Amino acid sequence: MQTLEYTAPKTLKDAITLLAQKGDAARPLAGGTDVLVQLRVGRRPQVNTLVDLKNIPELTRLSYDPREGLYLGAAVACCHVYEDATVRRMYPGLIDAAELIGSVQIQGRASVGGNVCNAAPSGDTIPALIALSATCSIAGPNGTRSVPMEQFCTAPGRNLLQNGEILVAVRIPAPAPNSGAAYLRFIPRNEMDIAVAGVGASVVLDSAKQRITSARVALASVAPTPLFVTAAGQALAGKAVTDEAAIQAAADAAVAAARPITDMRGTIEFRKQLVGVLTRRTLHIAIQRARGA
Amino acid sequence: MTTTAPAPEYSVIGTRPIRHDGLDKVIGRAKYAADIQMAGLLSAKILRSPHPHARIKSIDTSKAAALPGVRAVITAADIPAVASDRMQDLGETAVRLRFLSSNVLAGNKVLYKGQAVAAVAATSAHIAEEALSLIKVDYEVLPPALNVLDAMKDGAPLLHEDMLMQEFGQRTTKHSNIANHFRFKKGEPADGFKQADVVVEREFNTAAVHQGYIEPHAATANWNVDGKLTIWCSTQGSFNVRSQVATLLKIPESNVKVIPTEIGGGFGGKLGVYLEPVVALLAKKTGHPVKAIMSRTEVFEGTGPTPGSYMKVKMGANKEGRITAAEVSLMFEAGAFPGSPVNAGAMCALACYNLDNAQVDGYDVVVNKQKTAAYRAPGATHAAMAVESVVDELCENLKMDPIDFRILNGVKQGDRRVDGPAFGKVGFMEVLQAAKNHPHWKTPLTGKNRGRGFAAGFWFNAGGPASCYIAMNPDGTVSLIEGAADIGGTRAAIAMQAAEVLGIPADKVTPTVVDTDSIGYTSLTGGSSVAFKGGLAAYEAAQDLKKQLIERAAKIWETTADNVEFEKGEFKLKPSYERKMTFTELAGRLLTTGGPLAGRASVDARGVGPAFAAVIADVEVDPETGKTQVLRATIVQDAGKAIHPSYVEGQMQGGVAQGIGWALNEEYFFTNQGTMANPTFLDYRMPTALDLPMIDTVIVEVANPGHPFGVRGVGEVPIVPPPAAVANAMKRAIGVRMTDLPMSPGAVLAAIQAKGNGKR
Ligand SMILES: Cc1cc2nc3c(=O)[nH]c(=O)nc-3n(C[C@H](O)[C@H](O)[C@H](O)COP(=O)(O)OP(=O)(O)OC[C@H]3O[C@@H](n4cnc5c(N)ncnc54)[C@H](O)[C@@H]3O)c2cc1C
Repeated sequence: MQTLEYTAPKTLKDAITLLAQKGDAARPLAGGTDVLVQLRVGRRPQVNTLVDLKNIPELTRLSYDPREGLYLGAAVACCHVYEDATVRRMYPGLIDAAELIGSVQIQGRASVGGNVCNAAPSGDTIPALIALSATCSIAGPNGTRSVPMEQFCTAPGRNLLQNGEILVAVRIPAPAPNSGAAYLRFIPRNEMDIAVAGVGASVVLDSAKQRITSARVALASVAPTPLFVTAAGQALAGKAVTDEAAIQAAADAAVAAARPITDMRGTIEFRKQLVGVLTRRTLHIAIQRARGA
Repeated sequence: MTTTAPAPEYSVIGTRPIRHDGLDKVIGRAKYAADIQMAGLLSAKILRSPHPHARIKSIDTSKAAALPGVRAVITAADIPAVASDRMQDLGETAVRLRFLSSNVLAGNKVLYKGQAVAAVAATSAHIAEEALSLIKVDYEVLPPALNVLDAMKDGAPLLHEDMLMQEFGQRTTKHSNIANHFRFKKGEPADGFKQADVVVEREFNTAAVHQGYIEPHAATANWNVDGKLTIWCSTQGSFNVRSQVATLLKIPESNVKVIPTEIGGGFGGKLGVYLEPVVALLAKKTGHPVKAIMSRTEVFEGTGPTPGSYMKVKMGANKEGRITAAEVSLMFEAGAFPGSPVNAGAMCALACYNLDNAQVDGYDVVVNKQKTAAYRAPGATHAAMAVESVVDELCENLKMDPIDFRILNGVKQGDRRVDGPAFGKVGFMEVLQAAKNHPHWKTPLTGKNRGRGFAAGFWFNAGGPASCYIAMNPDGTVSLIEGAADIGGTRAAIAMQAAEVLGIPADKVTPTVVDTDSIGYTSLTGGSSVAFKGGLAAYEAAQDLKKQLIERAAKIWETTADNVEFEKGEFKLKPSYERKMTFTELAGRLLTTGGPLAGRASVDARGVGPAFAAVIADVEVDPETGKTQVLRATIVQDAGKAIHPSYVEGQMQGGVAQGIGWALNEEYFFTNQGTMANPTFLDYRMPTALDLPMIDTVIVEVANPGHPFGVRGVGEVPIVPPPAAVANAMKRAIGVRMTDLPMSPGAVLAAIQAKGNGKR
């Protein structure tokens, strides 16, 4: 490891300028639980500058508005997310994911924004956020833009941010009435592990809470990027909440969409099996939450 | 937690005082090997082989040596020639010197990925690291032999071209990766199988697993101009490091002083040397002290796990439930150099059972993986996984209760092991009875996909040389000095045995583990030996001191020693008992009545008492994902005498925790190219607190007649039964008998689906 420069700009503008100037030699730093590990093992040899984003107000804000929904600054640590009573109440599907990243110690530093930007196929918050129809607010040298979460990751470890661009916040619409969401992952241990497979799901029910109006399903660890499976949602639209065949059809659609690899964490067959099981289980929880049970 | 019955005959033994070294550890002030700092200290880094098998054609270190800040670069050429076949004792295993030397720095071949090839000392760790990238090694890559069965085949790539197979004690003329094939036999198994009504035969595979100590290896050396070498390191045996380093470097042992630091776990993994000779050579070459600290990945790639294995077990029993014959074959991956614990495994395999007709074959096989090291009851856990699974299947076939079956077949005093020795007083029956009477065993397990398993285990335990000094302080406390690294609370256990003899509370004893110049020879911390042998040394040293104290009291009272009685920390003058002196009063008068007093003892503790344990485990398996949760676990173990019951329970729980990890998720995952794919604690999955139930403990005390307080070793046997107990529980939970470790979710699910009772 070589010597590193550390900077902590106080404004978004300064951070963007700095990152644009340094290009590949600079990396943003949120909690550092990904980037510091990567630097240490030599996985980012070109980096010589870390740009700490935790002093920038737009990135550390966490607020909820019934019309605007959730504003989740990209550098807010998971512990602040799950310790916030409003977020807990409104977005249990996000809490599911934020609460299981690493361990209590990791959650004190690790941010949701960092998890998203790290763009790991196994990133736990990403399928949960896709299921919740989250969008990414991005700022850069050429202004700001907003992208749906499902488009943000482009390859393992890669996202669509251009030179100098920063993820400022993740925004999640206010939950629709009678909606529910959940995230489940499979790991061989009960903590400190990387998802062998993960499934985020959300459902919106009709006012009688008998039928599914719409649903979204997204997967972790079974493709080069987190995967949004529209076919799974379509299999559920208009179906009764008790329609196990429809839930199985959604699970089958998820399995069909999954394109896992075999590695030390699991084989293709095992991961496909898990996607089916987890999709069913996640949907059951999401429906239960939507029904207020 | 079940505790021992109070022992009215003792005042200190069996109590639970706060450990003497606890405070420093809790507040982070204890000094571990990486904490050593001194003026002029250089940092060393090790260059490691990227190939599992290759010939080293040349090493060019000139560029690295020229880098500013680099003070020395060394390779195997710097190790004084030790092309010797002499055996070097590693405590629980042994190794040929030339192999030990190549494991420290590779000679003309590398035999595993991660093997040390060269080392650099520089003014900073970063410079040393950069220098590594400037060393050019020209390798001729060779095909590797990566697992035991492949390596045993004729035509497999040979790791050591000159190695001849040893068979049944004779050197053959056969060039092979099989370093040794041996056999233990008792009676005639073929006859025994004829008497059997049921016969079960199974094959087992287990993956290499790591000891999982928290503290990575680290060592610092200083080589003075007078030729005296000082080494600070994290080791289980400072005297062992002394002799290994002296032999490798061809210097007198007396020139080497080893200062053991506090040790963050070892479990057998810190018996052989890795860094110590390297920093010593660098210190000699640079004239500066040199320190090296391994990263976690280096620990995984460059030091020894316990071996992977292939095992075959065939056992027969008659309708009454008596085992009539047993045949066991153990094939262990020694790693790059011979010396797996297959011998110990073979001796332990059938040790729980009194058998007339049995045979055990052992094969020590070299493969292109890390040279294996000891791990808690080395070899016994592998063997128990195989044998206890087959015993469980015999019980199933005979519809017999697993504990009753073991009571019927289990060993008692006088019975002989297959490898010869007869048991002295042992507590296997008492362990089995305690398990049978435990609420865990008696409470039915309900619920879907749940099952309860039972397994037993044996470990020899060890003794050996140990030394102890006890010096009186004027305030009535004593300083106790000993030489065995304290990994499991042995300072407290040893201090308590001295305190018991001296009639003082444990906190009046200050125990210290000192360097090799400051205490007589003490063999290493291994084989569950320290509380036994160190305790015996402390007992004898305390007796020695007591005798002198009585003489001093007699002198003060102007009488003879036989007129002084010492009881409960008080000296009394017979026959009237009117004159009395407390221990503290006498301590205060020593300097004015003839001078200071100290007791000492150096012993060779021989009366070792073997250990038996049994584990009951309840599991629940998720049939859709294959994930297994251990719901409840109880371990029953014969401790002989629990000096400090909390530390005995801690050892029992720790062993079960490691055994459950071994059972469910731990494994060295090798790619087809011979690279360990998971050299981090993220992907090498030891159980976390959330993965384990509260582990209930029952200490059984069948006193070892070979120790004044009845102590047997306790550290190792608790890891032996858990993998089999978990496998046996899984069989009852889901109807599938798992024969390969780890029983990870993917493997369990595949087994469920193969059996056809999986459902989506
Ligand atoms: C022990 C351990 C356990 C873990 N367990 C899990 C787990 O269970 N599940 C899981 O998903 N992950 C896990 N991780 C990975 C990691 O903790 C998470 O991905 C975490 O959310 C990353 O957040 P961070 O704030 O630490 O990101 P950082 O490391 O600071 O940043 C991550 C990456 O995103 C970039 N970045 C950060 N913020 C921005 C921004 N605003 N704009 C542009 N780029 C940005 C950084 O340059 C870097 O490349 C674990 C890590 C460790 C060390």
